Amino acid sequence: MSTPFYVSPQQAMADRAEYARKGIARGRSVVVLQYTDGILFVAENPSRALHKVSEIYDRIAFAAVGKYNEFENLRIGGVRYADLRGYTYDRDDVTARGLANVYAQTLGTIFSSAAEKPYEVELIVAEVGSAPEEDQIYRLPHDGSIVDEHGAVAVGGNSDQIGSYLDQRHRDEMTLAEALGLAVESLSRDNNGGERQLTAEQLEVAVLDRTRPQQRKFRRILGRQLTRLLSAESSAAAETEESTEDSASADTESQE
Amino acid sequence: MDFLGEHAPGLLPGNRSLPPVQGAVELPHGTTIVAATFPGGVVLSGDRRATMGNLIAQRDIEKVFPADEYSAVGIAGTAGLAVEMVKLFQLELEHYEKIEGAALSLEGKANRLSTMIRGNLGMALQGLAVVPLFAGYDTDREKGRIFSYDVTGGRSEEHGFAATGSGSVFARGSLKKLYRKDLTEQQAITAVVQALYDAADDDSATGGPDLARQIYPIVTVITDEGFRRLTEAEVSEVARSVHERRLEEPDGPRASLL
Repeated sequence: MSTPFYVSPQQAMADRAEYARKGIARGRSVVVLQYTDGILFVAENPSRALHKVSEIYDRIAFAAVGKYNEFENLRIGGVRYADLRGYTYDRDDVTARGLANVYAQTLGTIFSSAAEKPYEVELIVAEVGSAPEEDQIYRLPHDGSIVDEHGAVAVGGNSDQIGSYLDQRHRDEMTLAEALGLAVESLSRDNNGGERQLTAEQLEVAVLDRTRPQQRKFRRILGRQLTRLLSAESSAAAETEESTEDSASADTESQE
Repeated sequence: MDFLGEHAPGLLPGNRSLPPVQGAVELPHGTTIVAATFPGGVVLSGDRRATMGNLIAQRDIEKVFPADEYSAVGIAGTAGLAVEMVKLFQLELEHYEKIEGAALSLEGKANRLSTMIRGNLGMALQGLAVVPLFAGYDTDREKGRIFSYDVTGGRSEEHGFAATGSGSVFARGSLKKLYRKDLTEQQAITAVVQALYDAADDDSATGGPDLARQIYPIVTVITDEGFRRLTEAEVSEVARSVHERRLEEPDGPRASLL
């Protein structure tokens, strides 16, 4: 009989975390940010059919990065949880907090069970309130912890860099076009400081719009509407080009 | 529904046993629902009365519900069961749409409702029937369509107009004389309000527009822009003008003899 090598629990957990992080870092990022009328989700995703951002319930949406089959599984679980809750009790009784807790439990259990490999996913669960102060955004890393976020948040490959870029520039009361412009700007920055051009075809954009008259606040922004919003922002950005260039050069200087 | 059946079967309407009953049970019943298509969409409308035997159980019940963005259900029959069935139906359509990422086809929705009514047959035979009318805008064929049902879930597509409930006989007769294929949206709305007026005129279980209490029929319109319920002000305008004309001609507009 062979005796297994002793591995300290710290080491085992660190290995698992490392494994999950690497898997997540391979994918493209998703950014989520608040704007005046709701919450905006922007993902770099060339596919029209395989979504990274989707609706869970009336006011709740879900964004994920990592392995598709794993987060799709979690998404379906979330939709079932929410629909069952809403049917049993009331539509108002389905909250992002409850859903985030369920996800945290699931991810945490999988992460620490020795029998399964940890999920290589990072999730965002967001709920739009009747006013910006009531918006909730939760980030759920691979190990089952929950982080309560405000303003803007990024997950996925380049999330640290994109996150700090967003934090510096995001402010409350942005319009949809401004927020979208900022999100696309942040996504199009490469690890090594270069920029790529992201077109409407490469983006998956959705909003939780609190001004929507329907009960279901989730709406995808597609095709012409997206192009229009993007061009509206770029023409506005052209005017402020100089000032942003200044601040950008200041950034690189400070990094040096 | 399958998911609910697996995980919480107690929540499904069909899975609860009924105590044996003697004779008819007196429970609130909904009454008349009418629908009419027009080029570009469909109008679905219902009166507001619920009866319990010879009593009026409720004056302002709502019997027309959106099923999803492009369809609506109007219910006649046992109110409690019908509302529950609609709730489950709404849930299923929404659930399917979210899981699959695309909405069911209108035929698919109509078939699903048919299965649900069939599931209620046991109750229906004990006197607790639910007979809905389903109307929606078919985004593939780009027109409004109406489906009617019987208690066994038998589904049939209606062309032009349809009615269900106790006052349906009178409503259908009225629509038969008023309906034309080329009605505008506004004319179709007036036609269904006329039909409900006629139904209320001859059927005690159907409520007419209650001008004193400001209770008017529920009128919904489904077009390519989706489901829209007319505001109370809009319906009251139509109902009042219909009522006004009826003060002069109590039997309503006359069709030509030949």
